[in-house]
Amino acid sequence: MKDRTTAHALIWRLPLLIWQGLFFVGPLLLMVAMSFWLVKNYRMTPDFIFDNWERMLTRGYFWDAYRVTLWRATLAAVLASLIAFPASFALAFKLSETARRWALFFLVVPFFTSYLVRVYAWQVLLAESGPINAVLGWVGLGPFTMLNSGVGAMVGYLTLVLPLVVILQTFSLAAIDRNLIEAAWNLGASPRRTLLRVILPSAKVGLIVGAVFAFILAFGDFVSPFYLGGSKPPTLSILIIDTTKSGQQWPRAAVVAVMMIGTLFAVAFAAVGAAYGRRK
Amino acid sequence: MKALLPRLYLVAIFTFVFAPIVTSMVFSFNSDRFPTVPLGGFTLHWYETAFARPEVWTAFGNSALVALSAAALSTALGFATAYTDFRYNFRWKPAYLALALLPPTVPLVIMGLAMLAWLGRLGLSGTLPGIVIAHTVMGAPFAMAICRLRLSQMDPSLEAAAWNLGASPMRAMRVVVLPFCMPALISAFCLTAAVSFDEFVVAWFVSGLNKTVPVMILEILQGNVDPQINAIGTVVFVTSMTLVIAAQLIILRKTSR
Repeated sequence: MKDRTTAHALIWRLPLLIWQGLFFVGPLLLMVAMSFWLVKNYRMTPDFIFDNWERMLTRGYFWDAYRVTLWRATLAAVLASLIAFPASFALAFKLSETARRWALFFLVVPFFTSYLVRVYAWQVLLAESGPINAVLGWVGLGPFTMLNSGVGAMVGYLTLVLPLVVILQTFSLAAIDRNLIEAAWNLGASPRRTLLRVILPSAKVGLIVGAVFAFILAFGDFVSPFYLGGSKPPTLSILIIDTTKSGQQWPRAAVVAVMMIGTLFAVAFAAVGAAYGRRK
Repeated sequence: MKALLPRLYLVAIFTFVFAPIVTSMVFSFNSDRFPTVPLGGFTLHWYETAFARPEVWTAFGNSALVALSAAALSTALGFATAYTDFRYNFRWKPAYLALALLPPTVPLVIMGLAMLAWLGRLGLSGTLPGIVIAHTVMGAPFAMAICRLRLSQMDPSLEAAAWNLGASPMRAMRVVVLPFCMPALISAFCLTAAVSFDEFVVAWFVSGLNKTVPVMILEILQGNVDPQINAIGTVVFVTSMTLVIAAQLIILRKTSR
């Protein structure tokens, strides 16, 4: 079809523009604008002042939260990628087509179970008197304190992101041309060398996309740090919730949100650069 | 047995992924109030107490209403966008597609805050339509992806043939394109309903007193250990899985023909 805008074309094109304009772009722009509003006597009035920004960005607790969130999300992305890789490798290269399809189906299942209920289950499992410590106790270990710590939060993050990372990695590994790998073998490359010089570079985009999604999800999640990580120190998302729910401090919460979006943009751009940038 | 080690690793990964799901199902039938091993006896007590509470039924009613409405809107919006991408080229198309696919990358807490402020201005905060609007924004990209995949299996000249035979664009849409996309539309409907049925962050920000099921779970969680959560969670899980499996079966059956 040529670029000819007919009524028929507009009927199908406009709904999204109108809807996303009204209910996606609109809310986000309002939120950015709100970060410059004035709050006085628990009432917000539209304004253009930098009080909220100054207030948040000069506070130590904001930067503590920022550091914790950034660090944990990075760790979650790295751990998820490393833990997922052998599994994705096995799924892509060691299993039959049918087995792989079933495995992927079962990896999709968790997306449709309540993340909250799964986190609650981890609360039960990881508790001081919970099943895991009971089993460890039989072999004379523990009890370990896993809840309300970075360990607990990390278990939650991995619960959230691991299935997605495995799926994305598996797709990118399965898409590699098998002839490339066999050629490397025939030319006498060791398995290690084949992995490093052929498989990893070919699957680079999928691996990076997986890590970025893990980062984005962990960066924005508030359930795991709150219910498994003990919310001390708070993450940025916990900060947003606390600030929003305490009176009319929405503009300050908006400052945190804008900082988060900025960080995510920076990470996404860096990742796209790494994925599609200079090839050897 | 060279493949033993990879298989064991896969089993370990799947154990990690499914441990919380299985745990919550098992403990929903466990008679002890405090979850310990060994397990207590089998009981339906937590289901009975949970579903004896009227607010649980109200929440399920709210969730069903929101999920069905959001699914219908998401599917319509997703299909329109997918069709636009399939059929037309225009100047700002990359930006248009980015706008369509961006919502899932915005952290839910931020969506929640932005929606709360925006819907408050429109007088919709604390209402079910407010939640429907938010869930439609979040569901439409998934619906679009599913419809787009189905459209890419369609021969583009099929529609053109209908036009040449004298069908108006709308009639061609009704007689040719929509029937072809029906399995995708149904499965998009099921999946977006499942997404909405489980979503709690934005719903929590926006809902006010009209709670959906996950919002209620969140509020119970803020209290004490309560096995009712496992019972409610299991019911939610079975509901969502029914939707997902229905979607999967419809896609497999219809597209394999």
